Amino acid sequence: MTASIDDLDKLVSGTPNRRTTLPQRTPTPPDLKPRRIGGFRRSDVLSLVGAAIAGFGVAALLFTLLPFSGWLGFLAVAYLAFVALYAVLVSLDEDFSAVKDRLAAVLIHSLAFTLLMALIFVVTFTVIRGWEALTNINFFTQDMQNAGPLDPLTAGGILHAILGTLIMITIALAIVIPLGVACAVYMNEIPGPFARFVRTISEAMTALPSIVAGLFIYASLILILGFDKSGFAAAMAISVMMLPIIIRASDVVLRLVPGNLKEAAYALGAGQWRTVWHVTLPTARSGLMTAIILGTARGVGETSPVLLTAGFTAALNVNPTTGPMVSLPLATFEFVKSPEPTMIARGFGTAAVLMFLVLILFIIARIIGGRGPGNLSKSQQKRRAKRSREDSQRFTKREASRVASQEALATPSSSPRSLDFGDSS
Amino acid sequence: MATTFLPPRHDDDAAAVEPREVTTTRSKSDRFFRGGVSASGALVLLIMALVGVFLTVRALQALSQAGFSFITTQAWEPDGGNFGIAAVLSGTVLIALTAIFFAVPLSTGVALYISEYSPRKIKQTLISLVDLMAAVPSVVFGLWGFFFLQGQIIGLARWISTYFGWIPIFSVEGSDPNDPLSTATVFTSSTFIAGIVVALMVAPITTSVMREVFSQAPVGEREGAYALGATKWGMIRSVVLPFGKGGMIGGTMLGLGRALGETIAVFMIISPVFVFQPHILQNGTNSVSALIALRYGEATPFGTSALMAAGLALFIITLIVNFIASSIVARSRSGAATDG
Repeated sequence: MTASIDDLDKLVSGTPNRRTTLPQRTPTPPDLKPRRIGGFRRSDVLSLVGAAIAGFGVAALLFTLLPFSGWLGFLAVAYLAFVALYAVLVSLDEDFSAVKDRLAAVLIHSLAFTLLMALIFVVTFTVIRGWEALTNINFFTQDMQNAGPLDPLTAGGILHAILGTLIMITIALAIVIPLGVACAVYMNEIPGPFARFVRTISEAMTALPSIVAGLFIYASLILILGFDKSGFAAAMAISVMMLPIIIRASDVVLRLVPGNLKEAAYALGAGQWRTVWHVTLPTARSGLMTAIILGTARGVGETSPVLLTAGFTAALNVNPTTGPMVSLPLATFEFVKSPEPTMIARGFGTAAVLMFLVLILFIIARIIGGRGPGNLSKSQQKRRAKRSREDSQRFTKREASRVASQEALATPSSSPRSLDFGDSS
Repeated sequence: MATTFLPPRHDDDAAAVEPREVTTTRSKSDRFFRGGVSASGALVLLIMALVGVFLTVRALQALSQAGFSFITTQAWEPDGGNFGIAAVLSGTVLIALTAIFFAVPLSTGVALYISEYSPRKIKQTLISLVDLMAAVPSVVFGLWGFFFLQGQIIGLARWISTYFGWIPIFSVEGSDPNDPLSTATVFTSSTFIAGIVVALMVAPITTSVMREVFSQAPVGEREGAYALGATKWGMIRSVVLPFGKGGMIGGTMLGLGRALGETIAVFMIISPVFVFQPHILQNGTNSVSALIALRYGEATPFGTSALMAAGLALFIITLIVNFIASSIVARSRSGAATDG
C-alpha cells in the first residue's frame, strides 16, 4: 500500500510522464504502390519465352547439323533443351529452391498439357477420319445389307448398329436400374451382416473383366440353355457388367443423404417406405441419375461382351430375341477389320457416332447431376417457393378461421359447427 | 399459465420400474418394402454368386486335367491337352505394367495441375473433361492406337532398341540399326504400343482418384507451409503429396485393375503369340482377354472350359488388385461427416 501508481509507473518506464507518445509519421510518398506478391513478373515471362525460343533453336540446329530425323525426336530434343535453358535462366537471379519450384511448375504444366492434348487428339482423330462417312445422310438411314466392301460411302449405313445399341441398352437398363437401385437401398436401409456381405460381393464384382461377363453369358445362356446369339443375350452380358457399377455408385450416393432428414421424417411419424420414397430417393435423385447415366455410358461403349454374345449381322434386326444383332462398338470393330478404305472410314464414322452418344449421355448427367443432395435446380426452387407460398396462405387462412371460431366460442349464441373439439360429433 | 409441473418423484419405486420396452410394429407397406428390397439384395447376390460359381465350376474341368501345368505351360492347345496361361498372363501383366509406367506420371501431373495450378475458372471444365475421357469407349482408343500411333511410334521404338538394347527387355531380335533396309515390322503390334494405348485409357480414372485426394489436403497445413516460406513446389512436396499418397497408390491400383481387364483395344493392336515374350518392343504379345476374344468361337466344350479357367485367373488377379486398391483408398480418406 506504500507504493503509489506513479511510483510503479516510474519503476517500469523510468519516466514520470504516463502519456502515450505516437511515433513520428513519415509521410507516404504518393507514388508508392503495394508490392505484388502473386502473378507473373516480367522476368518470369521473359525467361520462359526466351528459353522456349532458345530450346527450339537448339533442336533446329542439331537437326540440321547432325543426322537426326523425326518430329517426335525433334520435339523431345527441343523440350529437353528448353527445360535446361530455363533452369539456367532462372538460376541467374533466383536461389536453388526457386529454380526447383519453376522446374516443377513447368513439368506439371507440360504433363497436364500432354495428356489432355493426347485425349482430345484421340477424339478429334476419330471424328476427322470418319467425317467422310458422317457427311452422307444414308450413313444414318440405311443398313449394310446391300452395301459390299467395295461400295462407295453413298451406299450403306449403320442404322442397324444404332438401333441395336439402343435396344440392347434399353433392355439392360430395364433390368439394371430397378435391381441396382433397390439393392443399394437395401444395403443402406436394412444394414446388417447380410447387407455387408452383399456390398462386399458387389464391390468385388466391379473387378469382373467385361470379357469374362460376356464369356459367362456365352457359356451359360447360349451354350447350355441353347439361346441364339441375339440382342437379348448381349443385353444380359451388358447387365452383368453394369450391375455392380450401378450398385456401387448408387450406394455411395445414398450414403450421402443426410441422416437428420430421414430422422425428421421418422419423427413426423412416417414409415420406412414413406421415408425412402419421399425423402431418401428424391434427395439423392440427381446423384442417382448421374450414377445411372455414367454406368450407361460405360455399358454402351463395351465391345467385348457384345462380341461374344450378339453375333454379327449386316442387316437391320429390331427383334432382340431372335437372330444376331449388332451394336455400335461391335460394328466399329468389324468395319476396321476390312482393308478397304471406305470400310475403315465407316468404322471411324461409327466410332464417332458412338462417342457422340456417350457425350450426350454425359451432358445429360452433368445437367441433372453435378449437384449435391438437397441442392435444387432453378425450376425445383421455383416449385418449392410456390408450394411454400401456398402453405403460408393456407396457414393465415386457418389462423383467421381459428380466431373467428374462438370469437364464436366466446359468444354463447354461436352455432355448434364452429366448435373445433374432436368429440363434438 | 407457463408453469411446468413436475410429477412427484418416488425414489423407492424407480429401482423397481423396468425401462419400457420399445417395440416397432411395422405397417403393411413397410413390411412389403423391406421384403422387396431384401429380395432384390438377395437376387443381386444370387446373380453375382452364379457368375463366380459358374466360372469356377466350368473352369474346374479344365483345371483338373491340366493341374499345375496350367500356370507353367505357354502353348494353348486345349484339345491336345497342352495348354496353360504362362504366355498370356505374362503378356497381360507386361501390357498393364507398361500402361501404368506411362499413366502414373501423366495422371499425377494432370491431377496436380487441376488441383494446384489450374485457374479457378477452368477447373470445373477440366474435371468434367477428365471424367468424360474416362467414359470414351475403348474401341475408340483401339482405333487411334492401330491407325495413328502404330506408325508414329516405330521411330521411338527403334531408337530405344538401338541405344538401350543392352537392357534385356528393350532388345529386339531381327532389327539391325546399321542396316537401313531392315524391316520396321518387327516393331509393330508390340507390348509397348498396346501399353501406351491402355495408358491413355486408364489415365483419366487414375487422374480423377488422385485429384480427389489432392484437393482434400488440409488448407491449414498448406498455409502453414507457405507461412514457413515454402515455394509452391515445396508446399506440394511437403503437404499435398504426403497427404495424397494413399490416393495415389489406390488410384494407380484401380488403373492397373482396369488395364489388366482391357480387351478390345489390346486385341486390335497386338498380334497374338503363344510364347513368353519379355521383349516389350518386339512384334507379338498376348493377353488373357485377347485370348478369350480370339478363341471363344471355335472352342469345343472343353476348350470353353479352358477359356473359363483363363478368365477365372484374370478375374482373381483383378479382384486382388481392386481389393488392395479400395482398402488403400478407404484408409487414406478422412472420415468427413456428411450430416448437415
